[in-house]
Amino acid sequence: MANLKTDTKKTKAQSMGLHSEVLTGKTQQKFFNPDEAENFFYWGTHDVDFNKRTELDVKDMDCKQANEKIDRLMSEGYGTIVIKNPQGKHSLGVGILNKLNLIFEGSLGYFGVGSIDGPIVRVNGRVGWSCAENMMAGKVVIEKNAGSCFGAAIRGGDLICKGSVGARTGIDQKGGSIIVGGDAGAFTGFMMQRGRIVILGDVGINLGDSMYDGTIYVGGKIGSFGSDAVEAPMTKNDIEWLIRKLKVAEIGNNFDVSKMTKIVAGKKLWNYDALEPTEKKGAI
Amino acid sequence: MCGIAGLIHRGKSSNVGEELQNMLQALKHRGPDSTGYALYANNDGQNFILRFKVGENVGEGSTSVNEDESVYDERKKLVDKKLSELGATIVKEDRLTPYSYRYEMKYDNDLMEFSKALESIESVEILSIGKSLELIKDLGDATAVSERYGLNKVQGTHGIGHARMATESGVDIKSAHPFWGYPFADVSVVHNGQLTNYWNNRRVLENKGMRFMSECDSELIAVFLAEKMRNGATLEEGMKESLTGLDGVFTYFVATKDSLGMAKDTMAAKPLVLYESDELVAMGSEEIAIRSILPQEIDTYDPFDGEVKVWQI
Repeated sequence: MANLKTDTKKTKAQSMGLHSEVLTGKTQQKFFNPDEAENFFYWGTHDVDFNKRTELDVKDMDCKQANEKIDRLMSEGYGTIVIKNPQGKHSLGVGILNKLNLIFEGSLGYFGVGSIDGPIVRVNGRVGWSCAENMMAGKVVIEKNAGSCFGAAIRGGDLICKGSVGARTGIDQKGGSIIVGGDAGAFTGFMMQRGRIVILGDVGINLGDSMYDGTIYVGGKIGSFGSDAVEAPMTKNDIEWLIRKLKVAEIGNNFDVSKMTKIVAGKKLWNYDALEPTEKKGAI
Repeated sequence: MCGIAGLIHRGKSSNVGEELQNMLQALKHRGPDSTGYALYANNDGQNFILRFKVGENVGEGSTSVNEDESVYDERKKLVDKKLSELGATIVKEDRLTPYSYRYEMKYDNDLMEFSKALESIESVEILSIGKSLELIKDLGDATAVSERYGLNKVQGTHGIGHARMATESGVDIKSAHPFWGYPFADVSVVHNGQLTNYWNNRRVLENKGMRFMSECDSELIAVFLAEKMRNGATLEEGMKESLTGLDGVFTYFVATKDSLGMAKDTMAAKPLVLYESDELVAMGSEEIAIRSILPQEIDTYDPFDGEVKVWQI
């Protein structure tokens, strides 16, 4: 068993039993120690100044060169970076873990701005498959259309497409909000686990198929419901949240959100409280 | 995963050979094994263009068995003899590689009987027959194949192409795309995806007299559409039937002498980016293919699941 060192309880959280132990010894588990907060370092981040602005033409760069250049500019303190001529290149602007104003003057290919944690991104064009995959925080605004798997597995932040998006939007979504001004393709919200998806237009077949949790709002026609996706009544909280979120998303002015259809998981396909078969055997 | 590209100029001709080469070269990372072109060229329309091969490219990572080139000459002689027997007149002939030929010929009878007769010769495969279709496929990337066959100066209205990563069958020309829509002149198909009911469909279609030259699942699309059209369906009707008749994941393009079409499976599992204007339609597996010929900012979109579209020149 690990050695436990119990410090004097100093904070409200600690007094409630949270973060009261610092584990040492064999265990790999570590809790956040507030005493070490001053020394906390988020690897790969930079302190940037939003007023420090520059432009980067990536026409003759591959994605690795462009991303390295963006990282170098952030390390020099640039907080507003305008990317010229992205020309549909893949994987641009990925892995940015700090605040940043990032503007693309053109369209991105696949996996654009994936795994980001904090930047505000505007794409004055279109994006290909899997835009903002695994996004953790920040805001991404796409001015035109997006390909399939838009916002795959995002964990947080606001991901907005003013045009239409392809199939499997929000697949495996684990948090955050995806907001679409146009239509969405088949399997929207496939296996989503947390978070919210808002589609102002129509959606294709199998909406919310096998979703575990989360909420989907649709303004237009629905091709068909997927397995275990069910309609739920709109509440006052839903309406207030939608009005506030659409304002943030810069779309849907005068859109009557009260007439949207709300879809949630029927929760017939799974049960978090159920024991796995091997555990049941052990319990018996 | 394979990359596909296609374009059609509406109301004018262009250097479609070079344009398609650029688009396919941009997709090389999706399929380095072989490249194929179906170009609809500004031919005079008087004669049939017959493209055929009498052997395989045995270099460049090919899975084919090496053969002595002398057998190619023997097979070519047999082809010429058979053409004479069928009543075809050769107007012009070009040997493009040791194993592939382009003939211009006059012929007025049934193309199905013609094709069966020609392909009864061992290892002879018709790549295409048409009055504007020039179907070229070989091992290597888009630039290598284009240079080998002199494609970058081909003027025409439209074309489709394919950069192949071999997954379902061997690295050879017979499994490379595009596939000719046997026995229809000027019909070609390229495909990205996997078809899971290939063998069932193949057995049914072979029983109806259709022919398969490879074991590549993609060939099924060309044969499936050809069989539908043989029974009176329009191209678009055949394509719509394919959405339920073909099982699996697919995005495919089909071209005829005056049209270009696309179809996407009902799960939208394979990518496609599309640019559409009054003058030009260009599409490909990735946007970079379109950007290779249209570097300026343009509006593109992904077609939805189960979509079928057809454009005319």
